[in-house]
Amino acid sequence: MRNNILKLIILAVIAIICILLYGFYDIKGGFSYAFPRRMMRVGAMVVTGFAISYSTVVFQTITHNRILTPSIMGIDSMYQVVQTLIFFFAGSASIWVANQYLNYFTALIAMVVFAILLYRTLFRADKYPIFLLLLIGMIIGTFLGSLVSFLQVLIDPVEYLSLQNLLFASFTRIKVELLYISCAILFIAFIVGYKLLHQLDVAILGRENAINLGVNYDRLVMNVLVLSAVLISTSTALVGPITFFGLIVANLSYHLFTTYKHSVLILGAGLISVIALVGGQFLVEHVFEFNTTLSVIINFIGGVYFIYLLLKESRAAG
Amino acid sequence: MIEIKGLTKKYNNKPVVSDVSLSIKPHAITSFIGPNGAGKSTLLSMVSRLIDADTGEVLLDQQNVKKWKSNEFAKRVSILKQSNFINVRLTVRELVSFGRYPYSKGRLTPEDEQHVNQAIEYMNLQEIEHKFLDQLSGGQKQRAFIAMVIAQDTDYILLDEPLNNLDMKHSVQIMKILRQLVDDLGKTVVIVLHDINFASVYSDYIVALKDGRVVKNGPTEEIINSEALREIYDMHIPVQEQNGCRICVYFNSHT
Repeated sequence: MRNNILKLIILAVIAIICILLYGFYDIKGGFSYAFPRRMMRVGAMVVTGFAISYSTVVFQTITHNRILTPSIMGIDSMYQVVQTLIFFFAGSASIWVANQYLNYFTALIAMVVFAILLYRTLFRADKYPIFLLLLIGMIIGTFLGSLVSFLQVLIDPVEYLSLQNLLFASFTRIKVELLYISCAILFIAFIVGYKLLHQLDVAILGRENAINLGVNYDRLVMNVLVLSAVLISTSTALVGPITFFGLIVANLSYHLFTTYKHSVLILGAGLISVIALVGGQFLVEHVFEFNTTLSVIINFIGGVYFIYLLLKESRAAG
Repeated sequence: MIEIKGLTKKYNNKPVVSDVSLSIKPHAITSFIGPNGAGKSTLLSMVSRLIDADTGEVLLDQQNVKKWKSNEFAKRVSILKQSNFINVRLTVRELVSFGRYPYSKGRLTPEDEQHVNQAIEYMNLQEIEHKFLDQLSGGQKQRAFIAMVIAQDTDYILLDEPLNNLDMKHSVQIMKILRQLVDDLGKTVVIVLHDINFASVYSDYIVALKDGRVVKNGPTEEIINSEALREIYDMHIPVQEQNGCRICVYFNSHT
Protein backbone atom coordinates (compact mmCIF):
# COMPACT_ATOMS: atom_id res chain seq x y z
CA MET A 1 0.00 0.00 0.00
CA ARG A 2 2.79 2.42 0.95
CA ASN A 3 4.55 1.39 -2.23
CA ASN A 4 1.48 2.37 -4.24
CA ILE A 5 1.26 5.77 -2.59
CA LEU A 6 4.90 6.39 -3.43
CA LYS A 7 4.25 5.48 -7.06
CA LEU A 8 1.25 7.82 -7.14
CA ILE A 9 3.36 10.65 -5.78
CA ILE A 10 6.08 10.03 -8.39
CA LEU A 11 3.47 10.01 -11.16
CA ALA A 12 1.95 13.23 -9.82
CA VAL A 13 5.37 14.91 -9.79
CA ILE A 14 6.08 13.81 -13.38
CA ALA A 15 2.63 15.05 -14.41
CA ILE A 16 3.28 18.45 -12.82
CA ILE A 17 6.68 18.66 -14.54
CA CYS A 18 5.03 17.91 -17.87
CA ILE A 19 2.42 20.59 -17.26
CA LEU A 20 5.03 23.20 -16.27
CA LEU A 21 7.21 22.28 -19.23
CA TYR A 22 4.29 22.58 -21.60
CA GLY A 23 3.16 25.82 -20.01
CA PHE A 24 6.48 27.68 -19.93
CA TYR A 25 8.76 26.19 -22.57
CA ASP A 26 9.76 28.47 -25.40
CA ILE A 27 7.08 31.11 -25.05
CA LYS A 28 7.52 33.56 -27.89
CA GLY A 29 5.61 36.77 -28.16
CA GLY A 30 3.33 37.84 -25.38
CA PHE A 31 3.33 35.67 -22.28
CA SER A 32 -0.11 36.90 -21.36
CA TYR A 33 -1.39 35.72 -24.73
CA ALA A 34 0.24 32.32 -24.95
CA PHE A 35 0.19 31.15 -21.37
CA PRO A 36 -3.58 31.19 -20.69
CA ARG A 37 -4.18 29.45 -24.01
CA ARG A 38 -1.71 26.76 -23.16
CA MET A 39 -3.26 26.30 -19.73
CA MET A 40 -6.68 25.98 -21.35
CA ARG A 41 -5.36 23.09 -23.37
CA VAL A 42 -3.76 21.56 -20.31
CA GLY A 43 -7.12 21.82 -18.56
CA ALA A 44 -8.83 20.03 -21.40
CA MET A 45 -6.19 17.32 -21.40
CA VAL A 46 -6.51 16.76 -17.66
CA VAL A 47 -10.30 16.54 -17.92
CA THR A 48 -10.05 14.15 -20.87
CA GLY A 49 -7.39 12.05 -19.19
CA PHE A 50 -9.38 11.52 -16.02
CA ALA A 51 -12.68 11.05 -17.83
CA ILE A 52 -11.23 8.33 -20.05
CA SER A 53 -9.35 6.68 -17.19
CA TYR A 54 -12.39 6.50 -14.97
CA SER A 55 -14.75 5.25 -17.64
CA THR A 56 -12.33 2.64 -18.96
CA VAL A 57 -11.33 1.18 -15.61
CA VAL A 58 -14.89 0.90 -14.31
CA PHE A 59 -16.19 -0.45 -17.63
CA GLN A 60 -13.54 -3.17 -17.54
CA THR A 61 -14.44 -4.03 -13.97
CA ILE A 62 -18.12 -4.53 -14.63
CA THR A 63 -17.50 -6.45 -17.85
CA HIS A 64 -14.74 -8.53 -16.21
CA ASN A 65 -12.16 -8.06 -18.92
CA ARG A 66 -9.08 -5.99 -19.57
CA ILE A 67 -9.17 -5.65 -23.32
CA LEU A 68 -12.52 -4.18 -24.25
CA THR A 69 -13.09 -0.51 -23.54
CA PRO A 70 -16.11 1.70 -24.17
CA SER A 71 -14.28 3.25 -27.14
CA ILE A 72 -13.39 -0.09 -28.68
CA MET A 73 -17.02 -1.18 -28.35
CA GLY A 74 -17.94 1.82 -30.50
CA ILE A 75 -19.44 4.17 -27.92
CA ASP A 76 -17.53 7.18 -29.18
CA SER A 77 -18.47 6.43 -32.80
CA MET A 78 -21.98 7.08 -31.54
CA TYR A 79 -20.98 10.71 -31.08
CA GLN A 80 -20.17 11.00 -34.78
CA VAL A 81 -23.42 9.29 -35.70
CA VAL A 82 -25.49 11.69 -33.63
CA GLN A 83 -23.72 14.76 -35.01
CA THR A 84 -24.02 13.52 -38.58
CA LEU A 85 -27.70 12.73 -38.13
CA ILE A 86 -28.29 16.21 -36.74
CA PHE A 87 -26.56 17.78 -39.75
CA PHE A 88 -28.35 15.47 -42.14
CA PHE A 89 -31.82 16.11 -40.88
CA ALA A 90 -31.66 19.54 -39.27
CA GLY A 91 -28.73 21.27 -40.94
CA SER A 92 -25.95 23.38 -39.51
CA ALA A 93 -28.13 26.46 -39.11
CA SER A 94 -30.62 24.72 -36.84
CA ILE A 95 -30.80 25.22 -33.13
CA TRP A 96 -29.45 21.68 -32.63
CA VAL A 97 -26.09 22.88 -33.87
CA ALA A 98 -26.19 26.58 -33.07
CA ASN A 99 -26.90 25.96 -29.41
CA GLN A 100 -23.78 24.18 -28.26
CA TYR A 101 -25.27 22.94 -25.04
CA LEU A 102 -28.31 21.48 -26.72
CA ASN A 103 -26.01 19.82 -29.22
CA TYR A 104 -23.80 18.53 -26.48
CA PHE A 105 -26.57 17.08 -24.35
CA THR A 106 -28.30 15.44 -27.30
CA ALA A 107 -25.08 13.60 -28.11
CA LEU A 108 -24.60 12.76 -24.48
CA ILE A 109 -28.05 11.25 -24.01
CA ALA A 110 -27.73 9.23 -27.21
CA MET A 111 -24.41 7.81 -26.07
CA VAL A 112 -25.74 6.87 -22.66
CA VAL A 113 -28.71 5.07 -24.21
CA PHE A 114 -26.42 3.30 -26.67
CA ALA A 115 -24.07 2.22 -23.87
CA ILE A 116 -26.92 0.76 -21.84
CA LEU A 117 -28.37 -1.10 -24.82
CA LEU A 118 -24.96 -2.45 -25.67
CA TYR A 119 -24.43 -3.69 -22.16
CA ARG A 120 -27.90 -5.16 -21.83
CA THR A 121 -27.59 -7.22 -25.00
CA LEU A 122 -23.93 -8.20 -24.94
CA PHE A 123 -22.59 -8.30 -21.43
CA ARG A 124 -25.49 -9.77 -19.51
CA ALA A 125 -24.47 -12.89 -17.59
CA ASP A 126 -21.11 -13.39 -19.34
CA LYS A 127 -22.81 -15.08 -22.25
CA TYR A 128 -20.21 -14.47 -24.92
CA PRO A 129 -16.48 -15.10 -25.07
CA ILE A 130 -14.31 -12.00 -25.19
CA PHE A 131 -13.17 -12.44 -28.79
CA LEU A 132 -16.74 -12.61 -30.02
CA LEU A 133 -17.51 -9.40 -28.13
CA LEU A 134 -14.46 -7.82 -29.66
CA LEU A 135 -15.59 -8.83 -33.10
CA ILE A 136 -19.07 -7.49 -32.45
CA GLY A 137 -17.53 -4.25 -31.19
CA MET A 138 -15.48 -3.93 -34.36
CA ILE A 139 -18.53 -4.62 -36.51
CA ILE A 140 -20.60 -2.04 -34.65
CA GLY A 141 -17.76 0.45 -35.03
CA THR A 142 -17.42 -0.21 -38.75
CA PHE A 143 -21.16 -0.10 -39.25
CA LEU A 144 -21.49 3.23 -37.49
CA GLY A 145 -18.48 4.51 -39.40
CA SER A 146 -20.00 3.50 -42.75
CA LEU A 147 -23.32 4.99 -41.77
CA VAL A 148 -21.56 8.24 -40.99
CA SER A 149 -19.68 8.37 -44.31
CA PHE A 150 -22.82 7.43 -46.21
CA LEU A 151 -24.75 10.31 -44.70
CA GLN A 152 -21.80 12.63 -45.12
CA VAL A 153 -21.54 12.14 -48.88
CA LEU A 154 -25.22 12.98 -49.17
CA ILE A 155 -25.13 16.30 -47.36
CA ASP A 156 -24.23 19.65 -48.78
CA PRO A 157 -20.43 20.20 -49.05
CA VAL A 158 -20.57 23.37 -47.01
CA GLU A 159 -22.51 21.62 -44.32
CA TYR A 160 -19.97 18.84 -44.51
CA LEU A 161 -17.14 21.23 -43.75
CA SER A 162 -18.78 22.56 -40.64
CA LEU A 163 -19.61 19.01 -39.60
CA GLN A 164 -15.97 18.05 -39.95
CA ASN A 165 -15.12 20.96 -37.75
CA LEU A 166 -17.41 19.58 -35.08
CA LEU A 167 -16.30 15.97 -35.37
CA PHE A 168 -12.58 16.42 -35.49
CA ALA A 169 -11.78 18.44 -32.49
CA SER A 170 -8.25 17.62 -31.48
CA PHE A 171 -5.80 18.63 -28.84
CA THR A 172 -4.65 21.61 -30.87
CA ARG A 173 -8.18 22.77 -31.60
CA ILE A 174 -9.90 22.17 -28.31
CA LYS A 175 -13.39 23.53 -27.96
CA VAL A 176 -12.79 25.89 -25.11
CA GLU A 177 -16.48 26.78 -24.81
CA LEU A 178 -17.12 23.20 -23.75
CA LEU A 179 -14.28 23.13 -21.28
CA TYR A 180 -16.20 24.70 -18.40
CA ILE A 181 -19.23 22.48 -18.72
CA SER A 182 -16.96 19.47 -19.11
CA CYS A 183 -15.16 20.38 -15.91
CA ALA A 184 -18.48 20.71 -14.12
CA ILE A 185 -19.68 17.33 -15.42
CA LEU A 186 -16.40 15.67 -14.52
CA PHE A 187 -16.58 17.15 -11.04
CA ILE A 188 -20.15 15.93 -10.46
CA ALA A 189 -19.34 12.54 -11.94
CA PHE A 190 -16.39 12.14 -9.62
CA ILE A 191 -18.40 13.02 -6.55
CA VAL A 192 -21.09 10.54 -7.53
CA GLY A 193 -18.49 8.06 -8.71
CA TYR A 194 -16.41 8.25 -5.56
CA LYS A 195 -19.15 6.57 -3.56
CA LEU A 196 -19.25 3.73 -6.03
CA LEU A 197 -15.53 3.02 -5.84
CA HIS A 198 -15.58 0.67 -2.90
CA GLN A 199 -18.57 -1.17 -4.35
CA LEU A 200 -16.57 -1.62 -7.53
CA ASP A 201 -13.78 -3.15 -5.46
CA VAL A 202 -16.27 -5.82 -4.42
CA ALA A 203 -17.60 -6.18 -7.97
CA ILE A 204 -14.32 -7.76 -9.12
CA LEU A 205 -15.42 -10.87 -7.23
CA GLY A 206 -18.24 -11.32 -9.73
CA ARG A 207 -21.98 -10.70 -9.56
CA GLU A 208 -22.85 -13.48 -7.15
CA ASN A 209 -20.12 -12.79 -4.62
CA ALA A 210 -20.84 -9.08 -4.80
CA ILE A 211 -24.53 -9.63 -4.05
CA ASN A 212 -23.56 -12.00 -1.26
CA LEU A 213 -21.57 -9.17 0.29
CA GLY A 214 -24.57 -6.87 0.16
CA VAL A 215 -23.81 -4.86 -2.98
CA ASN A 216 -26.82 -4.11 -5.15
CA TYR A 217 -24.95 -5.32 -8.21
CA ASP A 218 -27.45 -4.63 -10.98
CA ARG A 219 -27.99 -1.08 -9.79
CA LEU A 220 -24.25 -0.58 -9.46
CA VAL A 221 -23.72 -1.73 -13.04
CA MET A 222 -26.39 0.63 -14.30
CA ASN A 223 -24.98 3.61 -12.39
CA VAL A 224 -21.46 2.90 -13.47
CA LEU A 225 -22.46 2.43 -17.08
CA VAL A 226 -24.31 5.73 -17.24
CA LEU A 227 -21.44 7.50 -15.55
CA SER A 228 -18.94 5.93 -17.86
CA ALA A 229 -20.92 6.88 -20.97
CA VAL A 230 -21.32 10.45 -19.72
CA LEU A 231 -17.58 10.77 -19.18
CA ILE A 232 -16.69 9.25 -22.55
CA SER A 233 -19.03 11.64 -24.31
CA THR A 234 -17.58 14.55 -22.38
CA SER A 235 -14.11 13.70 -23.56
CA THR A 236 -15.21 12.94 -27.14
CA ALA A 237 -17.03 16.25 -27.43
CA LEU A 238 -14.00 18.05 -26.09
CA VAL A 239 -11.13 16.55 -28.06
CA GLY A 240 -12.63 14.00 -30.44
CA PRO A 241 -12.31 10.22 -30.35
CA ILE A 242 -9.03 8.63 -29.25
CA THR A 243 -9.90 4.98 -29.51
CA PHE A 244 -7.01 3.19 -27.86
CA PHE A 245 -6.07 5.68 -25.21
CA GLY A 246 -8.22 4.23 -22.43
CA LEU A 247 -6.85 0.79 -23.12
CA ILE A 248 -3.24 1.91 -22.69
CA VAL A 249 -3.63 3.94 -19.54
CA ALA A 250 -5.91 1.44 -17.79
CA ASN A 251 -3.58 -1.46 -18.48
CA LEU A 252 -0.48 0.49 -17.53
CA SER A 253 -2.17 1.32 -14.27
CA TYR A 254 -3.09 -2.35 -13.60
CA HIS A 255 0.50 -3.21 -14.34
CA LEU A 256 2.02 -0.54 -12.16
CA PHE A 257 -0.23 -0.88 -9.13
CA THR A 258 -0.62 -4.34 -7.67
CA THR A 259 -3.96 -3.67 -6.07
CA TYR A 260 -7.64 -4.16 -6.73
CA LYS A 261 -8.55 -0.81 -5.19
CA HIS A 262 -10.27 1.38 -7.74
CA SER A 263 -9.35 4.59 -5.99
CA VAL A 264 -5.67 3.84 -6.62
CA LEU A 265 -6.14 2.33 -10.09
CA ILE A 266 -8.22 5.23 -11.39
CA LEU A 267 -6.03 7.92 -9.87
CA GLY A 268 -2.99 6.14 -11.31
CA ALA A 269 -4.54 5.82 -14.75
CA GLY A 270 -5.57 9.48 -14.61
CA LEU A 271 -2.06 10.64 -13.80
CA ILE A 272 -0.58 8.43 -16.52
CA SER A 273 -3.11 10.00 -18.90
CA VAL A 274 -2.06 13.50 -17.99
CA ILE A 275 1.61 12.60 -18.49
CA ALA A 276 0.90 10.94 -21.83
CA LEU A 277 -1.35 13.72 -23.12
CA VAL A 278 0.53 16.77 -21.91
CA GLY A 279 3.95 15.24 -22.49
CA GLY A 280 2.83 13.93 -25.87
CA GLN A 281 1.41 17.27 -26.90
CA PHE A 282 4.69 18.90 -25.87
CA LEU A 283 6.56 16.52 -28.15
CA VAL A 284 4.11 17.13 -30.98
CA GLU A 285 4.49 20.90 -30.72
CA HIS A 286 8.18 21.25 -30.04
CA VAL A 287 9.86 18.13 -31.40
CA PHE A 288 7.66 17.09 -34.32
CA GLU A 289 6.71 20.72 -34.88
CA PHE A 290 3.09 19.89 -35.71
CA ASN A 291 4.05 17.40 -38.42
CA THR A 292 1.76 14.93 -36.75
CA THR A 293 -1.06 15.02 -34.23
CA LEU A 294 -1.20 13.55 -30.79
CA SER A 295 -4.24 11.39 -31.63
CA VAL A 296 -2.27 9.73 -34.40
CA ILE A 297 0.64 8.94 -32.11
CA ILE A 298 -1.65 7.65 -29.36
CA ASN A 299 -3.65 5.48 -31.70
CA PHE A 300 -0.46 4.11 -33.22
CA ILE A 301 1.11 3.19 -29.87
CA GLY A 302 -2.25 2.07 -28.52
CA GLY A 303 -2.94 -0.11 -31.54
CA VAL A 304 0.38 -1.89 -31.17
CA TYR A 305 -0.24 -2.39 -27.48
CA PHE A 306 -3.74 -3.67 -28.22
CA ILE A 307 -2.37 -6.33 -30.56
CA TYR A 308 0.16 -7.30 -27.92
CA LEU A 309 -2.62 -7.73 -25.33
CA LEU A 310 -4.69 -9.81 -27.74
CA LEU A 311 -1.76 -12.11 -28.48
CA LYS A 312 -1.04 -12.47 -24.78
CA GLU A 313 -4.68 -13.26 -24.06
CA SER A 314 -4.96 -15.85 -26.82
CA ARG A 315 -1.77 -17.52 -25.62
CA ALA A 316 -3.18 -17.66 -22.10
CA ALA A 317 -6.48 -19.03 -23.42
CA GLY A 318 -4.99 -21.58 -25.79
CA MET B 1 -35.27 -18.92 10.72
CA ILE B 2 -35.53 -19.30 6.95
CA GLU B 3 -38.86 -20.32 5.49
CA ILE B 4 -39.50 -21.07 1.85
CA LYS B 5 -43.09 -20.75 0.66
CA GLY B 6 -44.35 -21.94 -2.70
CA LEU B 7 -41.22 -21.03 -4.60
CA THR B 8 -41.37 -21.41 -8.39
CA LYS B 9 -38.84 -20.52 -11.07
CA LYS B 10 -39.15 -21.08 -14.80
CA TYR B 11 -36.54 -20.76 -17.50
CA ASN B 12 -38.01 -20.43 -21.00
CA ASN B 13 -41.35 -21.62 -19.64
CA LYS B 14 -39.74 -24.79 -18.34
CA PRO B 15 -40.16 -25.04 -14.59
CA VAL B 16 -36.84 -25.61 -12.84
CA VAL B 17 -38.22 -25.26 -9.34
CA SER B 18 -41.94 -25.72 -8.82
CA ASP B 19 -43.88 -24.91 -5.73
CA VAL B 20 -41.22 -25.69 -3.15
CA SER B 21 -42.07 -25.06 0.47
CA LEU B 22 -39.88 -25.95 3.40
CA SER B 23 -38.22 -24.45 6.42
CA ILE B 24 -34.55 -24.63 7.26
CA LYS B 25 -33.87 -25.97 10.75
CA PRO B 26 -31.54 -23.67 12.65
CA HIS B 27 -28.20 -24.78 14.13
CA ALA B 28 -27.94 -27.79 11.85
CA ILE B 29 -26.54 -28.88 8.51
CA THR B 30 -29.20 -29.33 5.87
CA SER B 31 -28.15 -30.95 2.61
CA PHE B 32 -29.94 -30.52 -0.71
CA ILE B 33 -29.53 -33.67 -2.75
CA GLY B 34 -31.05 -34.98 -5.96
CA PRO B 35 -30.24 -35.87 -9.54
CA ASN B 36 -28.75 -33.42 -12.04
CA GLY B 37 -31.15 -30.67 -13.02
CA ALA B 38 -33.36 -31.18 -9.98
CA GLY B 39 -33.23 -27.45 -9.21
CA LYS B 40 -30.99 -27.58 -6.13
CA SER B 41 -28.70 -24.72 -7.12
CA THR B 42 -31.56 -22.62 -8.42
CA LEU B 43 -33.38 -23.06 -5.13
CA LEU B 44 -30.30 -22.04 -3.19
CA SER B 45 -29.82 -19.00 -5.42
CA MET B 46 -33.39 -17.87 -4.78
CA VAL B 47 -33.06 -18.33 -1.03
CA SER B 48 -29.96 -16.14 -1.07
CA ARG B 49 -31.59 -13.47 -3.35
CA LEU B 50 -29.07 -14.06 -6.16
CA ILE B 51 -31.98 -14.64 -8.49
CA ASP B 52 -35.63 -13.63 -8.17
CA ALA B 53 -38.35 -16.20 -7.86
CA ASP B 54 -41.27 -16.11 -10.30
CA THR B 55 -43.77 -16.82 -7.56
CA GLY B 56 -43.57 -17.62 -3.88
CA GLU B 57 -41.41 -16.07 -1.23
CA VAL B 58 -38.48 -16.67 1.06
CA LEU B 59 -38.74 -15.38 4.60
CA LEU B 60 -35.82 -14.65 6.89
CA ASP B 61 -37.13 -13.99 10.41
CA GLN B 62 -40.64 -13.61 9.02
CA GLN B 63 -39.58 -10.89 6.60
CA ASN B 64 -39.42 -11.36 2.84
CA VAL B 65 -35.84 -11.63 1.62
CA LYS B 66 -36.51 -9.02 -1.05
CA LYS B 67 -37.58 -6.53 1.60
CA TRP B 68 -34.34 -6.93 3.54
CA LYS B 69 -31.72 -4.29 2.97
CA SER B 70 -29.10 -6.06 0.94
CA ASN B 71 -26.35 -5.05 3.33
CA GLU B 72 -28.23 -6.18 6.45
CA PHE B 73 -29.10 -9.45 4.74
CA ALA B 74 -25.40 -9.93 4.02
CA LYS B 75 -24.73 -9.87 7.74
CA ARG B 76 -27.21 -12.71 8.31
CA VAL B 77 -26.91 -14.98 5.29
CA SER B 78 -23.91 -15.77 3.12
CA ILE B 79 -23.83 -17.73 -0.11
CA LEU B 80 -20.96 -19.27 -2.03
CA LYS B 81 -21.58 -20.52 -5.57
CA GLN B 82 -19.45 -23.06 -7.38
CA SER B 83 -17.72 -21.06 -10.06
CA ASN B 84 -15.61 -18.21 -8.79
CA PHE B 85 -13.58 -16.64 -11.55
CA ILE B 86 -11.60 -13.53 -10.74
CA ASN B 87 -9.39 -11.82 -13.28
CA VAL B 88 -7.68 -9.58 -10.77
CA ARG B 89 -4.68 -10.63 -8.71
CA LEU B 90 -5.76 -10.98 -5.10
CA THR B 91 -4.00 -12.54 -2.15
CA VAL B 92 -5.81 -15.02 0.05
CA ARG B 93 -5.88 -12.49 2.86
CA GLU B 94 -7.35 -9.79 0.63
CA LEU B 95 -10.07 -12.19 -0.48
CA VAL B 96 -10.93 -13.20 3.06
CA SER B 97 -11.02 -9.51 4.06
CA PHE B 98 -13.79 -8.97 1.52
CA GLY B 99 -15.95 -11.06 3.85
CA ARG B 100 -15.97 -8.07 6.20
CA TYR B 101 -17.35 -5.71 3.55
CA PRO B 102 -20.93 -5.69 4.88
CA TYR B 103 -19.59 -4.42 8.21
CA SER B 104 -16.77 -2.10 7.26
CA LYS B 105 -17.26 -1.08 3.61
CA GLY B 106 -13.64 -1.76 2.80
CA ARG B 107 -12.03 -0.01 5.77
CA LEU B 108 -11.11 -2.79 8.16
CA THR B 109 -11.34 -2.09 11.88
CA PRO B 110 -9.21 -4.06 14.38
CA GLU B 111 -12.30 -6.16 15.07
CA ASP B 112 -12.60 -6.97 11.37
CA GLU B 113 -8.93 -7.95 11.26
CA GLN B 114 -9.58 -10.32 14.13
CA HIS B 115 -12.44 -11.99 12.25
CA VAL B 116 -10.22 -12.29 9.19
CA ASN B 117 -7.44 -13.89 11.24
CA GLN B 118 -9.88 -16.34 12.81
CA ALA B 119 -11.32 -17.33 9.44
CA ILE B 120 -7.83 -17.88 8.03
CA GLU B 121 -6.89 -20.04 11.00
CA TYR B 122 -10.15 -21.93 10.80
CA MET B 123 -9.51 -22.90 7.20
CA ASN B 124 -5.82 -23.57 7.86
CA LEU B 125 -4.61 -20.97 5.40
CA GLN B 126 -1.95 -19.24 7.54
CA GLU B 127 0.94 -20.49 5.41
CA ILE B 128 -0.53 -19.27 2.15
CA GLU B 129 -2.34 -16.14 3.29
CA HIS B 130 -0.03 -13.85 1.30
CA LYS B 131 -0.04 -15.95 -1.84
CA PHE B 132 -2.02 -14.86 -4.88
CA LEU B 133 -5.13 -16.85 -5.73
CA ASP B 134 -3.84 -17.74 -9.19
CA GLN B 135 -0.88 -19.51 -7.59
CA LEU B 136 -3.12 -21.87 -5.63
CA SER B 137 -4.54 -25.31 -6.36
CA GLY B 138 -8.28 -25.76 -6.80
CA GLY B 139 -8.66 -27.04 -3.25
CA GLN B 140 -6.74 -24.18 -1.69
CA LYS B 141 -8.72 -21.66 -3.68
CA GLN B 142 -11.98 -23.24 -2.56
CA ARG B 143 -10.84 -23.09 1.06
CA ALA B 144 -9.95 -19.42 0.63
CA PHE B 145 -13.46 -18.66 -0.63
CA ILE B 146 -15.01 -20.57 2.25
CA ALA B 147 -12.80 -18.57 4.61
CA MET B 148 -14.25 -15.39 3.11
CA VAL B 149 -17.75 -16.63 3.89
CA ILE B 150 -16.69 -17.55 7.43
CA ALA B 151 -15.22 -14.07 7.93
CA GLN B 152 -18.60 -12.72 6.89
CA ASP B 153 -19.78 -14.23 10.19
CA THR B 154 -23.41 -14.88 9.25
CA ASP B 155 -25.89 -17.09 11.06
CA TYR B 156 -26.70 -18.86 7.83
CA ILE B 157 -24.06 -20.21 5.47
CA LEU B 158 -25.27 -21.43 2.08
CA LEU B 159 -22.85 -23.40 -0.08
CA ASP B 160 -23.42 -24.63 -3.61
CA GLU B 161 -21.44 -27.82 -4.18
CA PRO B 162 -18.37 -26.75 -2.23
CA LEU B 163 -16.77 -30.16 -2.72
CA ASN B 164 -16.69 -29.88 -6.49
CA ASN B 165 -13.22 -30.60 -7.85
CA LEU B 166 -11.84 -31.39 -4.43
CA ASP B 167 -9.98 -34.57 -3.58
CA MET B 168 -11.12 -36.83 -0.74
CA LYS B 169 -8.81 -35.35 1.86
CA HIS B 170 -9.94 -31.78 1.27
CA SER B 171 -13.58 -32.77 0.98
CA VAL B 172 -13.45 -34.41 4.38
CA GLN B 173 -11.58 -31.43 5.78
CA ILE B 174 -14.22 -29.01 4.58
CA MET B 175 -17.13 -31.10 5.79
CA LYS B 176 -15.50 -31.39 9.21
CA ILE B 177 -15.08 -27.63 9.36
CA LEU B 178 -18.74 -27.13 8.46
CA ARG B 179 -19.68 -29.56 11.22
CA GLN B 180 -17.58 -27.51 13.67
CA LEU B 181 -19.22 -24.29 12.55
CA VAL B 182 -22.57 -25.77 13.46
CA ASP B 183 -21.55 -27.57 16.65
CA ASP B 184 -19.17 -24.96 18.09
CA LEU B 185 -20.49 -21.67 16.80
CA GLY B 186 -24.16 -22.50 16.36
CA LYS B 187 -24.26 -21.61 12.67
CA THR B 188 -26.84 -22.95 10.25
CA VAL B 189 -25.38 -24.53 7.13
CA VAL B 190 -27.29 -25.32 3.96
CA ILE B 191 -25.30 -27.16 1.37
CA VAL B 192 -25.91 -28.59 -2.09
CA LEU B 193 -24.14 -31.92 -2.34
CA HIS B 194 -23.60 -34.35 -5.14
CA ASP B 195 -21.95 -37.07 -3.13
CA ILE B 196 -24.76 -38.70 -1.23
CA ASN B 197 -22.37 -40.28 1.26
CA PHE B 198 -21.08 -36.92 2.42
CA ALA B 199 -24.71 -35.91 2.88
CA SER B 200 -25.38 -39.06 4.85
CA VAL B 201 -22.36 -38.81 7.15
CA TYR B 202 -22.30 -35.10 7.90
CA SER B 203 -25.79 -33.65 7.64
CA ASP B 204 -28.57 -33.45 10.18
CA TYR B 205 -31.36 -32.98 7.69
CA ILE B 206 -31.70 -33.83 4.03
CA VAL B 207 -33.98 -32.25 1.46
CA ALA B 208 -34.23 -34.32 -1.71
CA LEU B 209 -35.32 -32.62 -4.90
CA LYS B 210 -36.34 -34.13 -8.18
CA ASP B 211 -37.68 -32.33 -11.24
CA GLY B 212 -37.93 -29.13 -9.27
CA ARG B 213 -40.04 -30.58 -6.48
CA VAL B 214 -39.26 -31.71 -2.96
CA VAL B 215 -39.66 -35.48 -2.88
CA LYS B 216 -38.20 -36.15 0.55
CA ASN B 217 -37.55 -33.88 3.49
CA GLY B 218 -36.52 -34.99 6.94
CA PRO B 219 -33.78 -36.08 9.33
CA THR B 220 -30.90 -37.88 7.64
CA GLU B 221 -31.86 -41.32 9.07
CA GLU B 222 -35.26 -41.14 7.36
CA ILE B 223 -33.81 -40.39 3.94
CA ILE B 224 -30.79 -42.63 3.73
CA ASN B 225 -32.48 -45.98 3.12
CA SER B 226 -33.01 -47.93 -0.04
CA GLU B 227 -36.73 -47.21 -0.42
CA ALA B 228 -36.44 -43.45 -0.09
CA LEU B 229 -33.38 -43.33 -2.31
CA ARG B 230 -35.11 -45.27 -5.04
CA GLU B 231 -37.80 -42.65 -5.10
CA ILE B 232 -35.21 -39.90 -5.45
CA TYR B 233 -32.71 -41.39 -7.86
CA ASP B 234 -34.75 -44.10 -9.66
CA MET B 235 -32.18 -46.75 -8.88
CA HIS B 236 -31.55 -49.41 -6.33
CA ILE B 237 -29.08 -48.14 -3.75
CA PRO B 238 -28.04 -50.61 -1.04
CA VAL B 239 -27.20 -48.90 2.26
CA GLN B 240 -24.60 -50.42 4.58
CA GLU B 241 -23.74 -49.38 8.09
CA GLN B 242 -20.05 -48.78 8.75
CA ASN B 243 -18.81 -47.47 12.13
CA GLY B 244 -22.15 -45.85 12.77
CA CYS B 245 -22.23 -44.18 9.35
CA ARG B 246 -24.71 -45.16 6.67
CA ILE B 247 -22.92 -45.60 3.40
CA CYS B 248 -24.69 -45.92 0.08
CA VAL B 249 -23.03 -48.51 -2.11
CA TYR B 250 -24.42 -47.62 -5.51
CA PHE B 251 -21.38 -48.13 -7.68
CA ASN B 252 -22.40 -51.48 -9.24
CA SER B 253 -26.10 -51.46 -8.58
CA HIS B 254 -28.75 -52.44 -11.13
CA THR B 255 -31.43 -49.92 -11.85
